[in-house]
Amino acid sequence: MRTLVGVKRVVDYAVKIRVRPDRLGIELGNVKMSMNPFDEIATEQAIRMKEKGFIKEIVAVSVGPKQAVETLRTSLAMGADRAIHVDTSNIETELEPLSIAKIMKELVSIEKIDLVILGKQSIDGDNNQTGQMVAALLGWPQATFASSVETISANQLRVSREIDDGLETLVVPLPAVLTADLRLNEPRYATLPNIMKAKQKPLKTLTTADFPSLSLNSRIRTITVDPPSTRTAGVRVQTTEELFEALRSKGFLA
Amino acid sequence: NCLNKQSKYQSRFYQSVPIRNPNFAKIDENDISFFERTLGINNIIKDESRLEKYNIDWQRKYFGKSKLAILVNSTEQTSTILKYCNERNLAIVPQGGNTGLVGGSVPVFDEIVLSLEKMNQIKSFDPFSGIVTCESGVILEHLETYLNEHDFTIPLDLGAKGSCQIGGNLSTNAGGLRLLRYGSLRGTVLGVEAVLANGTVIDCLTSLRKDNTGYDLKQLFIGSEGTLGIITQLSILCPNKPKAANVAFFGCKDFDSILKIFRNAKQQLGEILSACEFLDNSGLEYVLNHINGTRNPLEKKYPFYMLIETHGSNLQHDQQKLHTFINNLLEKEIVSDGVFAQDLTQFKSIWKIRESIPSALQHAGYVYKYDISLPVSCLYEIVEILQKRIGNKAKVIGYGHLGDGNLHLNVSIPKFSQEILNQIEPFVYEYTEQNRGSISAEHGIGLMKTEALHYSKSQNAIELMNNIKTIFDPKGILNPYKVLPTKKLNSP
Repeated sequence: MRTLVGVKRVVDYAVKIRVRPDRLGIELGNVKMSMNPFDEIATEQAIRMKEKGFIKEIVAVSVGPKQAVETLRTSLAMGADRAIHVDTSNIETELEPLSIAKIMKELVSIEKIDLVILGKQSIDGDNNQTGQMVAALLGWPQATFASSVETISANQLRVSREIDDGLETLVVPLPAVLTADLRLNEPRYATLPNIMKAKQKPLKTLTTADFPSLSLNSRIRTITVDPPSTRTAGVRVQTTEELFEALRSKGFLA
Repeated sequence: NCLNKQSKYQSRFYQSVPIRNPNFAKIDENDISFFERTLGINNIIKDESRLEKYNIDWQRKYFGKSKLAILVNSTEQTSTILKYCNERNLAIVPQGGNTGLVGGSVPVFDEIVLSLEKMNQIKSFDPFSGIVTCESGVILEHLETYLNEHDFTIPLDLGAKGSCQIGGNLSTNAGGLRLLRYGSLRGTVLGVEAVLANGTVIDCLTSLRKDNTGYDLKQLFIGSEGTLGIITQLSILCPNKPKAANVAFFGCKDFDSILKIFRNAKQQLGEILSACEFLDNSGLEYVLNHINGTRNPLEKKYPFYMLIETHGSNLQHDQQKLHTFINNLLEKEIVSDGVFAQDLTQFKSIWKIRESIPSALQHAGYVYKYDISLPVSCLYEIVEILQKRIGNKAKVIGYGHLGDGNLHLNVSIPKFSQEILNQIEPFVYEYTEQNRGSISAEHGIGLMKTEALHYSKSQNAIELMNNIKTIFDPKGILNPYKVLPTKKLNSP
């Protein structure tokens, strides 16, 4: 069983986001970047399934600029076996989920993948589309927002999904696409020996030129980016009389 | 109910109980009117339940009996108040965040608590020099948030940052987690404005890097725990916020390995090393058992753990240095296991383990808490010696700022026991004296260690301190019974 895990380099979850002055995006210079937290969970899931013997090989994939290699090194340090970087340095705008999905579909057939595990969404785009699109392009079953995964047999998984009403449990035949939700697992730290070993693990670099048959044009244009409206300051009153008057004047009293 | 706790613990805390200075007046209605007129009714606290937070320290070991807490809003008000109290012979306890660990921040009897909490303005910041000027009551974490916006950072960091105030940090010469890299407040503080007991304002608030004009008075206010004057404003030199911060957590089989890692870290990480902390397995277990949302970063437990943090201006360069360092440790088998934070969330989780130890111990019951400076090579010996001495009635834990030679020696027991206390003191102080260490590396003297001061300072030195105190505060109204040994003692 060979698994493809998708990882994306995003602004670190703990960083306070600032909108660029030109309102076309967010500040990215000098900002700490890390692996998308849901991708960490996806990677951890693949590693646990490998430790249990269900998966034989984990291939980590990242579609992004040169620095995406750092993110791939993290997944290798966690325990992925090899990595593929699809370098998009020569492309101006970030590829959209559909383009990513198309690339992943190609990689699935090139690398003979049996199971795709992605994070449910990235914390920068919050699109929550790539996993679903990959499944549709492949014609594979999908189990998204996975909060627990059990192996039933060599080609069946039982997956619990987090949905609005609670949990939905599916039996999923393989090959399939899973997307990881928050409660699926707690990702491990990268251990020192594994960090050192990661340097020796194979990392293949491709570019979009390696996928000539795919149309990867962007179809979405960002018009503006604005921060959420700031909370206005409250008013402090000194006495109950003032409070009563303030409530009355604002029409809150019958 | 705090009163019950008070009666249970009251007898313990003073190795020799001071007696209330009979020269101090008691507050009367005229005093209250004066304070109300000067500060406004909202800044006078007389209600007993509201006074609890001013009367009781963080560890709930020291219970003051003050009937009044007053909040000042300016240096001028502070001066007016002190002048009045000095004339009236009313004793004052200056208070910041009340996070101190030696009973120095709360009253012993009915001293008035003068809180700086409302003097929380950041006055100015110069982005070229990194010098910030602010009032004493600014909470350390707020100052850090402000500085971060400008790409700077405070030169000190401690677990109490969410509550402690910068004025209190100065008054106690707080050390903290980054002293190794950024030095002590004695180096980073450039100017201080303080008010003396008689209301005189001493303005040494310059923000100059170099100023050799006469005696450096600010150094007297720094670390004197509010006994020589009340610090109202300060200016401090802040370093640039590091572009790259990394943290690694190691598991080691013995203390010797910890020392080897430290030596290697200094050699190979050199200028980017920003913190070097250690803890023993007991420390980790208390945290895992008592603090939510913590887990062992390593797969197994080890006798010792070490936390190494680096701060640098270039992520790539720092990571190269770190990889060389790690490779070296693995090849020489100095480290049994270790992990490296991959993102900010992991970074904070690793730090949380070290920073939560005091809270974890607090949850677990009663803590006998000591803070000693010793030669780094024998830093942990006392933990083992003390554990043997006590037997299995209590647990001895050791952790602290390895890089500074500062051990936080704690003894945890479900309930206070005088018997155990007698086995700890004066043994720990005597051991420290024999090793020419300090009986208080960074916590200060407060009320707790006034009678132990002689273990680390000579009689002549203590006498000179008394003389200085007399000059600064002839009536002794500022934070009485603290720091210097009391002249009159009686044993419990």
